[in-house]
Amino acid sequence: MPEQKTIAATGNIFVAEAMRQCAPDVMAAYPITPQTTIVEEYAKFVAQGKVHTEYVTVESEHSAMSACVGASAAGARVMTATSSQGLALMWEELHIASGMRLPIVMANANRALSAPINIHCDHSDVMGARDTGWVILFAETAQEAYDNTIVACRVAEDPDVLLPVMTCLDGFITTHSIDRGQTIDDETVKAFVGERKPDYALLDTANPVSHGSFAGLGGPFFEFKRSQRDAIDRSKPVVERVGAEWSKIVGRPFGLIETWGLEDADVAVVVIGSSAGNARHVARQLRAEGGTKAAVVKIRCFRPFPAAELAAALKGMKAVAVLDRAESFGAEGGPLFLETRSALYDLERRVPVVNYIYGLGGADVKLELMRRVYSDLSDIASGAAAAEGLRYLGAR
Amino acid sequence: MPNLKELTHREDLLAGGHRLCAGCGAPIALRMIMLAKPDDMEMVAGCATGCVEVSTTIYPYSSWKVPFIHNAFENAGATVSGVEAAFKGLQRAGKIPADKKMKFVAFGGDGGTYDIGLQSLSGAMERGHNVLYVCYDNGAYMNTGIQRSGATPHYAWATTSEVGPAQQGKQQQRKDLTAIIADHGVYAAQASISHWKDLVTKAEKAFTLDGPAFINVFAPCPRGWRIPYNSSVEISKLAVQTGFWPLYEVEDGQWRITTKVHNKKPITEFLKPQGRFKHLFKPGNEALLEQLQAEVDRNYERVLARCGS
Repeated sequence: MPEQKTIAATGNIFVAEAMRQCAPDVMAAYPITPQTTIVEEYAKFVAQGKVHTEYVTVESEHSAMSACVGASAAGARVMTATSSQGLALMWEELHIASGMRLPIVMANANRALSAPINIHCDHSDVMGARDTGWVILFAETAQEAYDNTIVACRVAEDPDVLLPVMTCLDGFITTHSIDRGQTIDDETVKAFVGERKPDYALLDTANPVSHGSFAGLGGPFFEFKRSQRDAIDRSKPVVERVGAEWSKIVGRPFGLIETWGLEDADVAVVVIGSSAGNARHVARQLRAEGGTKAAVVKIRCFRPFPAAELAAALKGMKAVAVLDRAESFGAEGGPLFLETRSALYDLERRVPVVNYIYGLGGADVKLELMRRVYSDLSDIASGAAAAEGLRYLGAR
Repeated sequence: MPNLKELTHREDLLAGGHRLCAGCGAPIALRMIMLAKPDDMEMVAGCATGCVEVSTTIYPYSSWKVPFIHNAFENAGATVSGVEAAFKGLQRAGKIPADKKMKFVAFGGDGGTYDIGLQSLSGAMERGHNVLYVCYDNGAYMNTGIQRSGATPHYAWATTSEVGPAQQGKQQQRKDLTAIIADHGVYAAQASISHWKDLVTKAEKAFTLDGPAFINVFAPCPRGWRIPYNSSVEISKLAVQTGFWPLYEVEDGQWRITTKVHNKKPITEFLKPQGRFKHLFKPGNEALLEQLQAEVDRNYERVLARCGS
C-alpha cells in the first residue's frame, strides 16, 4: 500500500488537492461562497506552477459550465466547482454537458437556494439538479470529498460512461471545517486516473466532427436520450468497481451506500452527507443505553440511485426515517424520501417510511433533534404511532 | 490579402446543401470569413443557437468541414473560450505540438450576440482568449420568427415590435455593439457581405493576430426584411452607402474608416426597398423618416470623429 500523509485541512482544501493530483487540462470556475476556497487554492497551484492547467476565470457560472463543455468536447480533462445559485445558473448547461456525453468533474458545495438569501448548507441546490443526467456523489467528510473527486475523474472518463460527475460536500460544515484525513502521493493518483483518451475531440483537426447537432426534425432525439439512460445505468457498476479499486489502494471503504448497525436493527435512518455522523452517534448512544436498535444508511452515490441496494438494506425494518435536507414543494415529501419509498415499494412486506425535512439554510441538527427521530421510529415500530405526515425537524 | 482569383481556389469550409434560405446573408459572411484562414493554421468553429446552427448541422449531416461545436444560445463566447483553453492546457501538457497554430472562431446572430450572449462575449474578450467572434447581424431573432433584438433598427417592423395605430415599429434605437466590444481594447471591426475585400482583409487580420477579435458583419435576412431573395448584397451596399453601416476597424485603440463614403445617399434609399420599413412611407410618418436620417447622420459623424476624420 502506498504511503499516505495525514493532514488537517478543510474539505475544500482536500478537494483542491485531489483536483491538482488529477491534473485537469482546464479549470473554468466562478467564485461563490462556500466554494471559493477550492478555486482560490487552485489559483495558488497555477501561480506556483504546480499544474499545467489552463485556468479560465469566467464571468459567471453559466459561462463556467459552457467553457467546461467546450473544453471537454475539445478533448481535455476538465474540472470546476460551484454552489447554490451558481449551480442553479448552470442548470441549462448541466443538461447539455450530460446530453453531449462530456466527462467533467464538478465539486458542489451544498448551499441553500434563495429566497431568502442564505449562504449555509442544505441540499436544495443539488436536488434541483438531480434529473440533469449527472452522476452525483456525496461526501460525509473531507476525506470522502477527497476520495470522491479522484473516483469521479475515472468514472466520468470511463468509455462505458462518458458523463459529467458532481461531487457534493456540505457547505461550511464540510467545506470549511478543518478535518483530519489522508492524502496519497501524486504518482499513485496519476496512475489511478490515467490519461483521458477522447474519441471525438474537437482538437483532432485532421478528423473534424460536429458536436451539438440539431436533432429536432423527427430526428433521433428520443434515441439519444435512451442511450443517455443506458449510460447512467452503466455508470453504477463503474462507480462500484472504480470505488472498490480506490478503496483497495487507500484502505477506506467506498460503496454506493454505507450501512451501520444493520445486522440486528429494528429501525433505520436514511441520510445524505455530513449529518450521517450525528445519526450514527445517537444510534450508538441509544444502543449503549439499551434503547432502540437502529441502523444508519448513508447514501454516497445519489445518481444513479441505489434503489436495489436500499431495498436490500431496509428490507424487514419496522420503521424507516428518511432525512431530507431539501424540499420538494408540493410533493409528498423531500426528494430522498420520494425515491427511497419508491425503492421499497416492491418489497413483499411493506416498510413504514416517515419523512423529515431538516437543516434547511444551515439550521443546526443537534443531537436532541436526532434523538427525536429515533424516538418517533421506536413509536412507529411498536405500533404506538403511525408513519405519516411530513415532519419539519427542529423548525420553530 | 489574396486577390479574388486566389480566394476562389481556396477550399470552402462550409459545404453547400445546408438549409439556410436563399439569399441569406449569414452563409456568405461565414464562407468569406473562413476563406481568410491562413493555410498554416487550423480552426475550430463554435456557433450560438440560431439560423446558422439549426440549418447547417441537421443530424446526421453537417456542412462544417472544420471541427464544430454548438452548445446553447447565449454562450458561444464562453464555449469557444473553453475549446481554446483546452488547446492551451493540452499544449502545455505536451499532448499537442508546441508549433501548432490554431484559431478559435465563434459565430452568432445578433440575438445571440447583442442580447442574450453579450455577457459571455464580453467575458471572452476581456480574458484575452485567442478567439475571433463573428456576429452575423440581420437585425432580429430570425430563427424564432423575426422578433426584435437589440440590433433591430429604430422603427423597423418585427413580430414583437408591431406596427399599428399606437406604435410604428420598434420604439428604440439600435445598440452600438461594435463600439462596446471595441472598448474592451480588442480588435473590433464592422464589415458587410457586400464589401468582400474589406471583409476578408479584416478576417485575415483577425485570424493572424494572437488574441481576441470581433467582427460584426452586416448580413441581410430576406424573409425578415421583406426583400427579394436576390437583393441581399444590394441592400448591404446601400447600408454602407447611406452611412447606416459604416465600415471601420479599431486596432490598438485606433479607430479607422476602411471604406470611405463620399456623398452619403439618403437613408430612404436603404429603407424603401425593405418591407419592414414600409409603414414609414405612409402619409403622416414623414417626421419619423426625418428623425431616422438625423440618427444615421449623428451615428456616422460619431464614427468619423472617433476615426479622427
